[in-house]
Amino acid sequence: MDFHFFLIQLMNGVQYGLLLFLLSAGLTLVFGIMGIINIAHGSFYMIGAYLAWSLTGKLGSFWLALPAGIVLTVALGMLLEWLVIKRLYHRDLLYQVLATYGLILVCEELRSVLWGDDVRGFNIPEALNQSIQLSETLSYPVYRLWISGVCLAVAVLLYWVIQHTRLGMKIRAGASNREMVQSLGIDIQIVYRIVFAAGVTLAALAGMIAAPVSSVFPGMGNHVLIICFVVVVIGGLGSVKGALVASVMIGLVDTFGKVLEFSVGGVRLLPELSSMTVYVLMAVILLWRPEGLFGKKL
Amino acid sequence: MHSESSADLLIDARGLHTYYGASHILHGVDFSIRRGEAVGLMGRNGMGKSTLLKTMLGLVRARSGSVHVKGEDATRAAPHRIARAGIAYVPEGRGIFPNLSVRENLVMAARAGVDGRREWTYERVLQTFPRLGERIGHGGGQLSGGEQQMLTIGRALMTNPDLLILDEATEGLAPLIAREIMRIVSLVKESGIATVIVDKNFGAVNAITDRNVILVKGEVVHEGAAEDLRGRPEVHLRHLGV
Repeated sequence: MDFHFFLIQLMNGVQYGLLLFLLSAGLTLVFGIMGIINIAHGSFYMIGAYLAWSLTGKLGSFWLALPAGIVLTVALGMLLEWLVIKRLYHRDLLYQVLATYGLILVCEELRSVLWGDDVRGFNIPEALNQSIQLSETLSYPVYRLWISGVCLAVAVLLYWVIQHTRLGMKIRAGASNREMVQSLGIDIQIVYRIVFAAGVTLAALAGMIAAPVSSVFPGMGNHVLIICFVVVVIGGLGSVKGALVASVMIGLVDTFGKVLEFSVGGVRLLPELSSMTVYVLMAVILLWRPEGLFGKKL
Repeated sequence: MHSESSADLLIDARGLHTYYGASHILHGVDFSIRRGEAVGLMGRNGMGKSTLLKTMLGLVRARSGSVHVKGEDATRAAPHRIARAGIAYVPEGRGIFPNLSVRENLVMAARAGVDGRREWTYERVLQTFPRLGERIGHGGGQLSGGEQQMLTIGRALMTNPDLLILDEATEGLAPLIAREIMRIVSLVKESGIATVIVDKNFGAVNAITDRNVILVKGEVVHEGAAEDLRGRPEVHLRHLGV
């Protein structure tokens, strides 16, 4: 394999992995802190993408659509926590899955009413619509580098908030002993509302920045939901650090699974079976560590 | 509206009946504590001491009866509201956050008191508990039992409370450490913070409290000044088994 080609695939894999992290961090955070399995998580990715598309049209600029979309999704997350999620804290898994499945249906219907059922596409913002020339024939788009940069910045911000702020300490304390946190005079309900809104916003932000490179279409949320759960399971339920490592691993395995050629006894396994590589990775890791890479021991 | 002095009472609980599922734990308990007072809550295991504390703290709901905190009805108040009224809680089994460092356990709880007081700062807590200073970066789960108890008391003081409630203050601790904890509790009391102490060590509790309450099967069977109990071994024997 040519070096530049390898480099491009490496960057593609890392970029896909980092986007996957942004997408799934909220899922693992909400589960780890609040104990809620939210299968509507993918729908927030879709909402983010549609918001980016529609707000860019209305406001005339992707750079205005981005902050406006973030504000709207924070508000949406708080509203949903107040309306639906807070009723699920003391209930078991089945109720959580049913209620959040209901949210998927509501989100799809709202999307259909607000934005229709057509596939939408829009252009990469002008300022980033360039490529870096790597060799005579190969180049790498600047927008994809920007996506990686945003995801890395969010990862650092998330780490800082959780590890180094009082809000982060309260969040981690809430994950270990909810009753005790309340008895210290902290309103755990507010803490949970912030965590859930953050989870929704992270997924929606992933949808917003991915929208210009992947098209915007109905059901795109369900499309990414499965891979989000693969990330969370490999990384270890509730571990944000695990989600980051798992995402990048999946990004690389998936990308190289599609471009490498590999055969055993004359039977071509790759790239023919490339759609399976991620699941094979998950199976191997779970055999080795059933709790995931950074999960609590089962 | 119990009496004119109801605002002096930090907690005034009347006629509490509390259930866990079908089992009736508290049978009409009255309990009150004044500003600056130290009260020992005694009784054998399973007599309802922890349930009484949790009911007053809003962690368990009473089926009937009322809880007033500083004159205001707190019977249905959320636990964080009761805590914000100046009531700090050191639960049985400590309740430290094992996934937070010693420093984080303290810092996350820091808050000014109800009247804006900030007497208990991070520095003062570390002066009071030098052992915690030595282990400041360790995870809460790495501490010994005695250090964990110091951490929970320190963490409770970081909220600058008017009342400190300690459930099983020295349970499972070596005698030397237990004595150290009791010394600190009496120090806290002398600083003007009211305390409710639940502990098996009757003598140690009695030495620092103003008043004692004995619970048997969810009812108050004895209530009186600490001196009263000192000369009455028959009460100890019958209700406390000591």
